[in-house]
Amino acid sequence: MIEVENLTLARGGAAVLRDLTFRIPARGITAVIGPNGAGKSTLLHTLAGLMRPDAGSVTIAGTDIHRAREDERALILSLLTQSAGTVPRLNVRDLVGFGRWPHHRGRPTQADARLTDEVLERFDLTDLGGREVEELSGGQKQRAFLAMAYAQATPWMLLDEPLAALDPKYTRDIMERLRAIASDPDDPRGVVLVLHDLSIAADHADWCVALKDGRLHCAGPWRDSMTSDRLSALYDTPLRMVSVEGRTVVMDT
Amino acid sequence: MSDTHRGLAVLVLLSAASLAVGAADLWGGGLDTGLLLAVSRVPRTCAALLAGAGLALAGVVIQQTVQNRLVEPGLTGTPEAAMIGLLGVTLAAPGAALPIKMGAASAAALAGTAGFFLLARHVPRRDPMLLPLVGLIYAGILGATALWIAWSADLVQFIGIWQTGEFSGVLRGRYEFLWLIAALAVALYLLADRITLLGLGEDRARSLGLDYRGTVLAGLAIVALSVAVVVVTVGAMPFVGLVVPNIVSRFRGDNLRRNLPLVAMLGGSLVLGADVIGRLVRWPYEIPAATVFSIVGAALFLWLLNAKGGRLRG
Repeated sequence: MIEVENLTLARGGAAVLRDLTFRIPARGITAVIGPNGAGKSTLLHTLAGLMRPDAGSVTIAGTDIHRAREDERALILSLLTQSAGTVPRLNVRDLVGFGRWPHHRGRPTQADARLTDEVLERFDLTDLGGREVEELSGGQKQRAFLAMAYAQATPWMLLDEPLAALDPKYTRDIMERLRAIASDPDDPRGVVLVLHDLSIAADHADWCVALKDGRLHCAGPWRDSMTSDRLSALYDTPLRMVSVEGRTVVMDT
Repeated sequence: MSDTHRGLAVLVLLSAASLAVGAADLWGGGLDTGLLLAVSRVPRTCAALLAGAGLALAGVVIQQTVQNRLVEPGLTGTPEAAMIGLLGVTLAAPGAALPIKMGAASAAALAGTAGFFLLARHVPRRDPMLLPLVGLIYAGILGATALWIAWSADLVQFIGIWQTGEFSGVLRGRYEFLWLIAALAVALYLLADRITLLGLGEDRARSLGLDYRGTVLAGLAIVALSVAVVVVTVGAMPFVGLVVPNIVSRFRGDNLRRNLPLVAMLGGSLVLGADVIGRLVRWPYEIPAATVFSIVGAALFLWLLNAKGGRLRG
């Protein structure tokens, strides 16, 4: 369970997160949605402990994230950042292997190597293991970073716009993998991700956290809390949730 | 034969050449062969290898730390800051022992490098060329400060010595501080994974549980100490920290745990090679190794920039 209490954060004098209080249950996929500049990415980074709030607290799996040490946090949650920025020239196997770092801290064991191989297998990266990450296509690269986050074996995975700049094939690939990760009966993980595509959110999200201007617009189970009216109010533009062939699609009207 | 073995073979050949080549004839000259080797040639060879290795390792660390392949210790104000520290201690305590001078140079170098790191955090990353330019200006300002202090104190001749790395003055008893680089290399090897993680960026490194600040500080300290030792004992040498990590990265990637030995060997070999060439070109006179390396290094760098597939990413 993620419990957020009165979370407030300002940057350069401007409030980015304003008094957020909500919960995310321990299982399933949670979509963080909201218009551009609503503070979604900031919220994710604050949940991950990378940004320190001015007030309020974040408790994940019983641990106060901003009081925990960095190495303790790394065993509770993993973070997939937006792929902006540079990637060192590492091959895929090394990159995914670094996901194990919080567990071995520089002294990998046989078990870490075995787990890395299993993760590569699970993400269909075994054949790409020797390739440099930089040489991969955008979709493969994102899959490699997702595998790295997965290898960290944390109960929670936070993903900042994992679908940015992906084509439909890889969008589907990543979402199906996340679905499988969130509902894996042996090793379920809580998945929290920032999404812009509302149809994908409607289709996959179990839970929803909607932000507008740094305030909580609504939070709760997607089915109960999301309506066409609420979405329209959230984005200040008329939106409609319609059912097409049994799936929910969000379109503008 | 692996890259490491090939590197080792080149290193041995170069060392042999370095022992044999010089103004004085090794055999049948006026000097005793053993004495010449022990007092001059062996120290000189070791000094060039250590200085080259130290600068190359410093280059790899600073590049990973600021996530920019076009940066090297010569573009981070490190040698200039070391000079300021050295001038400061020379003025404050002219008779200070060498370890104290070295300590002052290292502390100033660390402050200067940390200043660059803080500056780098504010430089937009979109264009990788921007950060080296900022570094150039930063180093220029520190260099001008050093020159001004030296000018005021009538110590300008020292600046010239520190700025141009060359090994003709290396004799037994006058270079031993360079062995500090060997110790730093061991420390760096222990930190290798952490420095690689720095290259993934602050967010990724921290979310993997890395003590980001501590690691950056350790990395900057290694850079500052290596460069300060080199500047004080043989003088600054441009391009080594830029070219060597880029060559290794191009062929072997950035996993430092695997690459550090190769980076150190290549750095040592290239600087020793430059020194041997410098001894041969105008024999029996010498050209500073830094001058030779600047020419070779510039050519290598242009090749790296333009070679197919050799994109230098920021």
